[in-house]
Amino acid sequence: MIEFRSVAKRFPDGTIAVDDFSLVIPSRKTTVLVGSSGSGKTTLLRMINRMVDPSSGVIEIDGESILDRNPVALRRSIGYVMQNSGLLPHFKVVDNVATVPVLNGVPRKVARAQALELLDTVGLSRDLANRYPAELSGGQQQRVGVARGLAANPNILLMDEPFGAVDPIVRAELQQETIRLQRDLDKTVVFVTHDIDEAFLLGDQVVILEKGAKIAQLGTPGEILANPANEFVASFIGADRGKRRLIVDANVAPRGDDRVLVDAGGYPVGLIAAPDGRLATGSPSPKSRSISNKTDQAGDA
Amino acid sequence: MVWLWNNLGLVLSLTLEHARLSAVPIVVGFAASIPLGWLANRYRIARGILLPTGSILFTIPSIALFVSLPLVLGTKILDPTNVVVALTIYAVAIMVRGAADAFGSVSADVQLSATAIGNSPWTRFWSVQFPLAGPVLLANLRVVSVSTVSLLSVAALVGNGGLGYLFINGYQRDFPEEVLVGIIAILLLALLFDLVLVVVGRLLMPWERLRRRPSRLKPVHDSAVHDSAGAAL
Repeated sequence: MIEFRSVAKRFPDGTIAVDDFSLVIPSRKTTVLVGSSGSGKTTLLRMINRMVDPSSGVIEIDGESILDRNPVALRRSIGYVMQNSGLLPHFKVVDNVATVPVLNGVPRKVARAQALELLDTVGLSRDLANRYPAELSGGQQQRVGVARGLAANPNILLMDEPFGAVDPIVRAELQQETIRLQRDLDKTVVFVTHDIDEAFLLGDQVVILEKGAKIAQLGTPGEILANPANEFVASFIGADRGKRRLIVDANVAPRGDDRVLVDAGGYPVGLIAAPDGRLATGSPSPKSRSISNKTDQAGDA
Repeated sequence: MVWLWNNLGLVLSLTLEHARLSAVPIVVGFAASIPLGWLANRYRIARGILLPTGSILFTIPSIALFVSLPLVLGTKILDPTNVVVALTIYAVAIMVRGAADAFGSVSADVQLSATAIGNSPWTRFWSVQFPLAGPVLLANLRVVSVSTVSLLSVAALVGNGGLGYLFINGYQRDFPEEVLVGIIAILLLALLFDLVLVVVGRLLMPWERLRRRPSRLKPVHDSAVHDSAGAAL
């Protein structure tokens, strides 16, 4: 469990990035910090591994203040994945993944063998192990970044807009992969994004931030969708534009049991099963979100 | 050409001496400029002191430095140490600015990520900053290498100029062939030094060839993703 208590951050130039922020991040869940630029979300994330130290307030991991910990040792115990992968361009893929274990004193040979297994875990071929990052596609680089974040088997994984720089198709793949990994590995994931759809897809708990890291709303994706706390949230999630309010399109003939759903603007957004005119219901839980069977095999490889 | 064949032994021994006297300033100048360049890149105050100092040192005429160093170092006027120290000063003067630029050329994102995954300042320097500064360091070292090899010949005036001896001797005897042999020998030596530096650079920085030859930079297609996983992703 990670706990922020009355945390503030003023930068030397006078900017207040974070003002009196308190939050409990539960263990073995994915918490997504979402907000536009300037909301302080990345500053909050970087406070967890002491890349940024708060001006005031307390941050605890499992009840222990991180300000008492050595920053380098703390960072080695926490996985970190960033935008554009942040891989070392002069290290081969396998050595990039093995970086943190080697820093921790694991013999290079052992660390490399573990790195190969991690490539399997993130769905990359071992053939790529001896390539340099520049020889990989953006999506592959990002997978290597995730493998590196997992290499020291940390309990906590920090992800700073990790999929911001890849194209939408690859991003969707990586998002599904993240869901699968989280189901298999059960890490405490803190994920930063400005994409509300990504936040709702990945988050067990979603924190919507306004300027200065003020919490506009905190809840599960369902809670936020059902009850946007204020106009800011409604606007941020698109509810004010009717994007989240769906109706069955009466003008389109049903295809089998399926009816077409449109949003308030009349744009088609999906299908819903409506056998005998009754809309389908279910009780999805985050751990069983739709993932195809084939993806599952990658985890066993 | 007859002169060259008759004096091959002399030319070879002068060449070896030239190589030895210029190699020391190149190596020492490189080593000294690494910490200085790092400081100049890291701290504005250090930059404000080191870079102008380097420029000023480089403007001191070489012959003045050769004859004044014995007073500073307490050495004899003909001691080769004077020449080696003077050329080292010039090497550092050129190289500090280059080293500062080299450390400045390392991607801030890569350094941030190296810190975030748990590098200490020490491991970050040796495993990230120094190797990634390598290409720019090498480019500057090549300039230092050529300039040192050619500058050394001036030191023949104080008796330690390696192949520069052929210039003075050939001029005094009004014998152009000897001067020409000296020029060609220095050119070849400078080229040899440059070649060694380029080859060592290639060996130490194998990732760099990816940037140099864009045709080999073709990213592997995503089909290289694990087949079982790839199909579903």
